[in-house]
Amino acid sequence: METTRKQPNYVMVWAGLAALTVVEVLVAFIAALPKEILIVILIALAVWKALLVAMYYMHLRFEPLRLALMAASPLPLAAILVLAVLAEKF
Amino acid sequence: MSHAGAVAVSARQPMPGMGVYNQKLGMWVFLLSEVMFFTSLIGSYIILRFAQPEAFAAPGEVLNVPLTALNTFILICSSVTMVKAFAAIELGNQKALRLWLLATIALGVVFLSIQGIEYYKLAHEGFVPMADSYAAVGRDGVGPVLGAPVYGFTFYTMTGFHGAHVTIGVLCLMFTTWRAFRGAYTAESHGGVEIMGLYWHFVDLVWIILFTIVYLI
Repeated sequence: METTRKQPNYVMVWAGLAALTVVEVLVAFIAALPKEILIVILIALAVWKALLVAMYYMHLRFEPLRLALMAASPLPLAAILVLAVLAEKF
Repeated sequence: MSHAGAVAVSARQPMPGMGVYNQKLGMWVFLLSEVMFFTSLIGSYIILRFAQPEAFAAPGEVLNVPLTALNTFILICSSVTMVKAFAAIELGNQKALRLWLLATIALGVVFLSIQGIEYYKLAHEGFVPMADSYAAVGRDGVGPVLGAPVYGFTFYTMTGFHGAHVTIGVLCLMFTTWRAFRGAYTAESHGGVEIMGLYWHFVDLVWIILFTIVYLI
C-alpha cells in the first residue's frame, strides 16, 4: 500500500522565519510602542514562528489529527501556568 | 506551501493507535514533557522578573541582541538543513542526506560557539550567575547596569539548559550522520532521521520563544 504526498516548500518556510526574526528585532528596538502592546506583538510573532516550525518542519500539518491533538495537549496547561503567574502582577 | 517534489509514503504495516510508528510516538511524548519543563522555567522567570523588576536590564542594555539575533538566524538555518536532510532521504538521495546532516552539525556547532563567546564576554564584564551584584561597565561604556544576582541566574539557567539540549542534539546528529555514511537509511526506512529532526526542530522552537522572552522583552 503506498500513498503520495507533496513535500512542503521548506525554503519558503525558512525565509518566513528569517523575515519574522528581523521584524521582531525591529519592533523591539525601533517601534515606539507602549510596553504592554510591544510584549503582545513580540509574543504573537514568536508564536507565529513556533507554529511554522511545528506545522511544516515537524510536519504536524501532515500528521494524523490525533497526533496533532496530542502534541497540542500540554499547551493549555502551559498557558494556564503562565497566565496564573501573570495574574500575580494584577 | 507545497513543493513540486512528491514522495512516496509507504505504509508497510498498519499503524493503530496514534497512526505513527512507535519510535516517533515516543519522541513526541518526550517532547511534550520537554514543553512542560521549559514552561516551568519560563513561569519561574516571570515570577522572578515581576518580583524584582529593577534587577532586570532593559533589552539590549546588557545582552548583545544583534549577536543573538544572528545566532537565532543560524539555528533557523540549521532547521532548514535538517528538514532538507529528511526530504532528501524521503527521495532516496543518500549524498544529499549526508551533506545536509553535515551542514546541520556545522550550524549547531556555530550556534554553540557563538553562545560560548557570548557567555565569555558577559562573564568578563562581571555578569555571572551567582554574583552578588553586577557592576560591570555596559557595552556602551555607560554602566554599571544592574544590582541583583537574579537576572544572571535566570539568564544562565534558561539559555544554559537550552544550550545543553543543543549540545545533546549535535552529538545525536553526529551519530545519525555516522549511520547515514554507513548507508543505514533508505527511502523506505529513515525513521532515525525523522526522529532526530523532531528533536532538532523542537530545540529550534524553544529558542524562538526564549529569544523573545529573555532578549527582546
